[in-house]
Amino acid sequence: MTSLPPPSKVQLGLVIDLDRCVGCHACATACKEWNDGGASGPLSDTDPYGAKPSGVWFNRVHSYEVGDGADGCTVHFPKSCLHCAEPACVTVCPTGASYKRAEDGIVLVDEDLCIGCKLCSWACPYGAREFDAVEGVMRKCTLCVDRIYNDSMVPADRVPACVQVCPTSARLFGDLGDPDSHVSRTVKEREGFDLMPELGYRPVNKYLPPKRQMKLASLATETAAIDQAGFFLRWVDRLLTR
Amino acid sequence: MHPAYSVIFFTVASGAGFGLLGIAAIALLLGAEPSLLSGVLALALIGGGTLSSTFHLGRPERAWRAFSQGRSSWLSREGILAAATVPVCLWFFAALYWQWVLAMFAAVVALLLAVATVVATAMIYATIKPVRQWRDPWVVPGYLAGAFASGAAVWAALDAGVAGRVAALVALAAWAAVKLFYWRSIDRPQTGPDIGSATGLGKLGTVRPLDPPHTEENYLQREMGFRIARKHAARLRRLALLLGAIVPGLLLLVSFLVTPFAIIAALSALIGLLVERWLFFAEARHTVMLYYGTNVV
Repeated sequence: MTSLPPPSKVQLGLVIDLDRCVGCHACATACKEWNDGGASGPLSDTDPYGAKPSGVWFNRVHSYEVGDGADGCTVHFPKSCLHCAEPACVTVCPTGASYKRAEDGIVLVDEDLCIGCKLCSWACPYGAREFDAVEGVMRKCTLCVDRIYNDSMVPADRVPACVQVCPTSARLFGDLGDPDSHVSRTVKEREGFDLMPELGYRPVNKYLPPKRQMKLASLATETAAIDQAGFFLRWVDRLLTR
Repeated sequence: MHPAYSVIFFTVASGAGFGLLGIAAIALLLGAEPSLLSGVLALALIGGGTLSSTFHLGRPERAWRAFSQGRSSWLSREGILAAATVPVCLWFFAALYWQWVLAMFAAVVALLLAVATVVATAMIYATIKPVRQWRDPWVVPGYLAGAFASGAAVWAALDAGVAGRVAALVALAAWAAVKLFYWRSIDRPQTGPDIGSATGLGKLGTVRPLDPPHTEENYLQREMGFRIARKHAARLRRLALLLGAIVPGLLLLVSFLVTPFAIIAALSALIGLLVERWLFFAEARHTVMLYYGTNVV
């Protein structure tokens, strides 16, 4: 049923730390690897080794420049389904293929019901849903629902593949419906934010801002100090900067 | 947004079918007798359009599942209403030759269903929050006016009466006016999301795209990234108005002297509507493109 269930107490989701992300794309690759072969696979590719490779990815890492001059910084920005509290992608679905789970808020697609009308991908402002042209159905992040409840895995592995693989721990997984959970407390401490809150989708996933950058001003001070240094140090500096 | 030909043909053809059915119903209620041909043509346009709409599905064989979610989905509602209209349309035209009172009753139901279906079609777009040009209050009037203008033009082509042609002239003028209001509305400077709120990084400074996530275009860019130059859009708007309203209007005036000109008028109106519907997609901008470097949508 594509009507939304009553809001669940448990809201599983991700917290993305933009201060830590180094843009290595390991999360995107691990996601593709796990989900291509997992319950929600295949994530079809067309022309994978050719001139115009294209395929379905649940998670993509953008990179942006933010700010100008000495205040500027590079921000790597992984983006996947935000498992919104008000997912219009679910309510527009004409077949009941899209649904939000009552027990934990995960937004899923039942690919056996999907007719591939693509309306849900239009309704998502974040571009979380990608159409699989080979299978003719819509695909999206499952929050690795086939890992996080998987009794045959050791408890440490029961996290989404993207979270497990992240080398800088820039991705946190937990219950954002519980204000005392590790993720909720981190969001509060670090002033985590929603993407496009003005559209009213109330995403569950949060992003943590990059910390104010170490001022490049300190580097400028060093340069000034060199200029005032004695002849020998200035000579060493010239030699080293050559 | 990518203008999919099957969807454009579908909304124009079925819109004209529902418009024609609505006009036939109004005609009957006003005391005229709709021709059997108008009923056949309305059903053909509705049926052909609906068939065409399944061509853009990834799994057309499962299309029947789309009737199940009328409680939440406008697409589902559209399907249910369109399907319900078909038997009512058959009943309406059968009753014409059988029992007049029943036909009058059927005409009321058919008119209501035709209007409801076109509104449902428009609401599919009008409820897509990420596309500002579709959230516009002129979208629903635009679809309704388009359906009734093209339906009335087809009616005038089939019926030699004066009233039908006058109705078509009025409907075409109304459609042109609504489209002008729509275009003026979407041309206003917008205050929607930008790359700063899409990434949440706007408060730290200007956000510029550095590296895309992948080397080649993906589904999102192909589906939502379609762009049309402002210059071309302006030219196509004029073309839509010319073919959709001005030419058919003039031809309808000529048709008071030479009847068959009404047929060319109807064809011209339908082509104008196809151009307008293509533009409806081509001018629509989706917020996902903010992540790919579009500054504003």
